[in-house]
Amino acid sequence: MPTDIPADSVGLISPQTATFDEPLPLRSGRTLPSYQLVYETYGTLNADRSNAILICHALSGHHHAAGYHSMDDRKPGWWDACIGPGKVIDTNHYFVVSVNNLGGCHGSTGPTSIDPATGRPYGPDFPIMAVRDWVKSQARLADRLGIERWHAVIGGSLGGMQALRWSIDYPERMRGCAVIAAAPKLSAQNIAFNEVARQAIASDPDFHQGYYMDHDTRPKKGLMLARMLGHITYLSDSAMREKFGRDLRSGTLNFNYDVDFEVESYLRYQGENFSDQFDANTYLLMTKALDYFDPAADHDNDLARCLSQSRCRFLVASFSTDWRFAPDRSEEIVRALVKARRPVSYLEIDAPQGHDAFLFPIPEYVDLIKGFLGSLETGGAA
Amino acid sequence: MRPDLDYIQRWVNPTSRVLDLGCGDGSLLALLRDHKQVSGYGLEIDTGNIVECVRRGVDVIHRDLNNGLDDFDDQSFDTVIMSQSLQQTTKPDRIVEEMLRIGREAIVTFPNFGHWTTRAYLGFRGRMPVSESLPYAWYETPNIHFFTFRDFEVLCHERGIKILERTVVDRNHEANWKIRLLPNLLGEIALYHITR
Repeated sequence: MPTDIPADSVGLISPQTATFDEPLPLRSGRTLPSYQLVYETYGTLNADRSNAILICHALSGHHHAAGYHSMDDRKPGWWDACIGPGKVIDTNHYFVVSVNNLGGCHGSTGPTSIDPATGRPYGPDFPIMAVRDWVKSQARLADRLGIERWHAVIGGSLGGMQALRWSIDYPERMRGCAVIAAAPKLSAQNIAFNEVARQAIASDPDFHQGYYMDHDTRPKKGLMLARMLGHITYLSDSAMREKFGRDLRSGTLNFNYDVDFEVESYLRYQGENFSDQFDANTYLLMTKALDYFDPAADHDNDLARCLSQSRCRFLVASFSTDWRFAPDRSEEIVRALVKARRPVSYLEIDAPQGHDAFLFPIPEYVDLIKGFLGSLETGGAA
Repeated sequence: MRPDLDYIQRWVNPTSRVLDLGCGDGSLLALLRDHKQVSGYGLEIDTGNIVECVRRGVDVIHRDLNNGLDDFDDQSFDTVIMSQSLQQTTKPDRIVEEMLRIGREAIVTFPNFGHWTTRAYLGFRGRMPVSESLPYAWYETPNIHFFTFRDFEVLCHERGIKILERTVVDRNHEANWKIRLLPNLLGEIALYHITR
């Protein structure tokens, strides 16, 4: 609980809701007849509407990126370290927009919302979203907010994929694109991890083929397992070693099958905590959106050709110990952009945190983003 | 303006595409952008330099040049530049070949190990030379391949590389008649403009 709101915080924030009655055609071939998007904004849109930055969230993220919802909040938004007055994404200067993606479980229309056709929750019948569907819905929100052109679209991990998609689908609507700890598509190993997570959820007896809300229950155990697995892939070997080593929970081996090591206790805690707050169908949907993301597929698998449509400047950043989307994966994007002769800068940041590093205010990372956002104002060079 | 950058700038055509290997803080590319509307990228290994490039709007890609340049297409740039770094690479001859595979032309600058002070240092003192242009002790120098202007020109000859222009200067990047007469003895830094 923040007894005082820190001076560099955006402070108390109220989420907003935008309702759309225009149907949204989806990549799957289905259509979302109407929907609502929940979002937050920080800072002030300037007179010529040129200072707006869109933040795209990752798999388990949401619209609450900075500040507090109430004085009782234990923690601020998920990227509070980087968004606020005087911070990297300086809200004294920029107007920041952060949206909960469709299919999410934090207020935007998703599997827990009521399907107007049936009067019951969508559940597993909510259409599977593709990254391009999210981007389309975000563009409609931009229209609604009067933002013709983003100063930059920024995202880490799955958020980075949305930023990349933006540059392909709406090339004229952004000056800069920051793609952080992402990949141009998932590898077999990435998909494999997602599949294990999905199976963990689907095999929970409380899953009921996704209709668990009709049974007034939730597949908590399965979602917990999925999160535990995911969490391991977000951390590096060295980060886990540093954090837990082989420390024992009770100082001694128990010779039973309960928790012995601190790392087990930590994962269980994280998993349980997550399964209390997150919807299993949303988790399934998000992992599918990840698996399906492959913008080059529409261009004979030629990513360079695909990205040659872009008109913005790119910043690509990776982290040395990230093995979920390793630096090599970011370099695939960079290579394609060079081949397409698009302006791009790339840095592999030396950081011990693994994939999660993108959330931390690592000094050179902070300087990099700050420098990039600033350079977009002066025009910079192609 | 750094005098060596001024020399390099003269050899780069307006609006051309440039790749700067070991671009440092991006001074050269910023200069070429502002004065010659040049586009392209710098490759750099140092994080601080990369952040500075990004801050000034110079496109820079994090890269250890010793890991090769395979992913750059043949003849995809007009000019590939390497300023004061060739002596720091593990395979300088390979780098020069790669520069002319990727670019139609290349500009290379490097310190002359054949300068008379260097020769005298090693010849008389019997120790590895330390000077203003080569300021490191042998065990900590990033310069791992020492060569002279003549060595470089022999390499170019052997590999069928044409020298379009050459400028030899002293440490203040000034040229005079003595240097022009005995470049390999009196020149400290050379700038070569080469092509196939």
